[in-house]
Amino acid sequence: MSCALALNDVHKRFGRTAIIRGVSMTLSAGERHALIGPNGAGKSTLFNLVSGRLAPDRGRIELAGNDITGKAPFEIYRRGLSRSFQITNIFHHLSVFENLRCAVLWSLGYRYAFWRSLERLADARSRAEELIERIGLSERRDTIAATLTYAEQRALELGITIAGGSSVVLLDEPTAGMSRSETERTMRLLRHVTEGRTLLMVEHDMDVVFGLAERISVMVYGQIIACGTPEQIHANVEVREAYLGTATMEPV
Amino acid sequence: MLSSGLTLIFSMMGVLNFAHASFYMLGAYCGYQISDWLGFWPGLILAPVTVGVCGAAVERYGLRALHTRGPVAELLFTFGLSFVIVEVVQVLWGRPPVPYRLPPELDGSLFTIYSVDFPRARGFVMLVAGLILGALALMLRYSRVGMIIQAALSHPKTVETLGHDVPRIHMLVFGGGAALAGLAGAVGGAFTVTEPNMGAQIGAILFVVVVVGGMGSLAGAFFASLAIGELDAFAKVIDRSPADLAAALGAPIDPTSPLYGLWSLTLSQSAPVLPFLLLVIVLLVRPRGLLGKREDR
Amino acid sequence: MSAVKQLRWLPWVSGAVLIALVPAIFSQGFIRLLFAECAIMIVFALSYNLLLGVSGMLSFGHAVYSGFGAYATIHALNWIGRSHVSIPVTLLPLVGGCGALLAGVVLGFVSTRRSGTAFAMITLGLGELVGACWLMFPKFFGGEGGIAGNRTVGAPLFGVSGWNLGSDLQIDYVVGAWCFASIAAIRALLGTPLGRVANAVRDNPERAEFVGYSARQVRWLMLIASSFFAGISGALAALNFEIVSAENVGALRSGEVLLATFIGGIGYFHGPILGAVVFVFFAVALSQWTKAWQLYLGLFFVILVLRAPGGLAALLERAAIVLRDFSALRRRAGVLGTKTAAAILSLGGLILLVEMTYHRTLEATGGTVVRVFWTDFDTGHLGAWALGGLLLSAGALTFGWLHRQELAAWGPDPSATSGGETR
Repeated sequence: MSCALALNDVHKRFGRTAIIRGVSMTLSAGERHALIGPNGAGKSTLFNLVSGRLAPDRGRIELAGNDITGKAPFEIYRRGLSRSFQITNIFHHLSVFENLRCAVLWSLGYRYAFWRSLERLADARSRAEELIERIGLSERRDTIAATLTYAEQRALELGITIAGGSSVVLLDEPTAGMSRSETERTMRLLRHVTEGRTLLMVEHDMDVVFGLAERISVMVYGQIIACGTPEQIHANVEVREAYLGTATMEPV
Repeated sequence: MLSSGLTLIFSMMGVLNFAHASFYMLGAYCGYQISDWLGFWPGLILAPVTVGVCGAAVERYGLRALHTRGPVAELLFTFGLSFVIVEVVQVLWGRPPVPYRLPPELDGSLFTIYSVDFPRARGFVMLVAGLILGALALMLRYSRVGMIIQAALSHPKTVETLGHDVPRIHMLVFGGGAALAGLAGAVGGAFTVTEPNMGAQIGAILFVVVVVGGMGSLAGAFFASLAIGELDAFAKVIDRSPADLAAALGAPIDPTSPLYGLWSLTLSQSAPVLPFLLLVIVLLVRPRGLLGKREDR
Repeated sequence: MSAVKQLRWLPWVSGAVLIALVPAIFSQGFIRLLFAECAIMIVFALSYNLLLGVSGMLSFGHAVYSGFGAYATIHALNWIGRSHVSIPVTLLPLVGGCGALLAGVVLGFVSTRRSGTAFAMITLGLGELVGACWLMFPKFFGGEGGIAGNRTVGAPLFGVSGWNLGSDLQIDYVVGAWCFASIAAIRALLGTPLGRVANAVRDNPERAEFVGYSARQVRWLMLIASSFFAGISGALAALNFEIVSAENVGALRSGEVLLATFIGGIGYFHGPILGAVVFVFFAVALSQWTKAWQLYLGLFFVILVLRAPGGLAALLERAAIVLRDFSALRRRAGVLGTKTAAAILSLGGLILLVEMTYHRTLEATGGTVVRVFWTDFDTGHLGAWALGGLLLSAGALTFGWLHRQELAAWGPDPSATSGGETR
């Protein structure tokens, strides 16, 4: 099985504090992988390192065999990796439709075109409309993004992330702050939308983790202490002590 | 000296202050008016106070409302304000320079080295500058107020939860910076000339000093202003151009070649441009400035 | 559906009609001067808004590009005159645009490396740099006197002799046509992928990077586009006034376009157009009536920044919304009327005080009497000052009190919006 994403002994420190202390992971193509761990373990930092927001001090990150260590975010995106953000990161003055249209433009090859009329680009429009349907925001198509509710903004956030059709998708706490029903809807959406894609997500909601993930990595204090299938992780004593607590958890 | 006040304020507020050069000018005009009524020395004390109050008012009623809207709004506001202040000064005191002079006690020379007179006036200006800088540095470093200000610099929310009135601190710091600028103006205007254009003239160089020295660093501003002053003086003395250099090296440039006008520029002719060239280079290469600590947003 | 579509053509048609009729009817005098200045400023402000409103880039040195365009044009004009080349002068704005575009490519490469405050400061520095250069290159900048030209050279337009821009009417039509074409081109640019992505970079440059766009590249391209149109506006100024001097590149001009654009409203396509017209009115018309027009302009600008950052376009939109809601309007009519009266009174008081002060400072030799609002006031008499002060304070206090009352009763204005993809 080909390797979609590989991290090799990645290190990062801020000032004198080491946040990521030697992380190695491999994700196969099409795998759904969850990254869990207590707060402050460094999960968001790891995402930032992979997606180009930060550059690692040491180590190597490869996307489908290409070295993306320390590259700029737009370069990494163009090679097929996109990510969502824990704190919603949308284009607040544009409408939902415009948000999504901007997100698809590059992947459709339009780049910095200043000689073509946006309205005439039928594929950009239809992609954006399709996405709006998928994420369930059809009624809010022309609403300015800043005026959406929190849940709607999270949905838009997800929509922007998957808009370009990247083969590797990183999701940072996609169901944070959602109610039970919203979470289940999002899970169904995620399952549907990431078919055939490689997914790496950070999650705290264990139902989501055990329901979606094929493999789980547990991160504590900047290191991966365990990696395996949900059953293996569930049974792992170290993990239970460090994170899951001693209460029994039923996999969904 | 001006730069230190400006630096302090920028570090505090995160805004490069267009209006600061206007506070300098206001200080000069207030100094003039007050010394007209009460004499130079009362003017020297009252003018900075007046300008400081104005500065605090500007912060309280203007800038405070704009914090949430971002640096662009703050820049626009101080830009507009500086424009208005120049106009107000013209309405009140007219366009020509006003006769604001240092008092006769400061005439004459302080001492003489190698038959070159060192004027008392210059010594006085340097003394005031040094006192201010020193007081500022000491206060920031060692006093409790200084610590609070430094903390509020980097973590305003935390300082707020500790019970300090951060908006009030902002207002006091801004007013303090304005007062400093006013003092500089009260002295500088008497030392040189007091006219409506003085703010714009000094404002440009001020930016260069602050940006080159590094935002957030008093020492940086100090070194930068020294460096730029030296660069200016040095360049003005050199009456040679790259064309002369080429000729001296045995490969003279043909006078009819298209860019000869450029190559035959002497360094002294290009002196006014050098500070801005330096500004642009520094902003490109090391945007934090020589000793700056603050990251660009 | 077709009614809406027809409505969209209305501003374009009426604009074209205006451009066709105004120079013909007002063939000399004041309105003619306003027409030319407006056309030039409209293009300049629209180009500036490509940076500020569309891409979120605040520049304090935009006159550098319009100035380069002006100088390129005047030099080209003189070259045509000298070498008797048969090029129609009406095409010269393209030369101006390209000259400015070159400057935009080079200087923009430097300035767009940073964003936000640092970018603004770099543009200030670059503006000062160019301004400081003008004495160093007298052959290009023309020194104190600037460079003069004669636009009645080169080939006549379409080969029709007599169409050589000799008359005011002809130059007005040329300027008007270029203005119209520029407005259309900028409108079109905003409807392209680049235009929309520029909005995205303005709103959230980081996220734009995470959907594949280099924010820096986008900013550079937008600056290049903006400099091109600024160059056209400079070229029009060069052709219209037949002289270009350091004023065309100076910091004052950069400040003017910033004021004009912001006053109009940076979140709307028509905002800069509105702002340009208002600015020209202040500068050309108001300056005839009072010497303090710059003070009024500055105060207006500051109040807008503090209270109505959406500019005049936003205020008009809000007014339209308020006026359409008849029932609420009837309820508030009394308060609104009183507020308006209070505002007018305090404005009157302010003007009175300012004019009197100005008179005493600048025209003291002309006696103590000054004419304000078609009435004579004696600045030596305390009564006039008291009246001014009373009007100003009473009006302002009343307005403020009423405003607070309304806020308490109705809550903040829900129709207040802030920008969007430029409408």
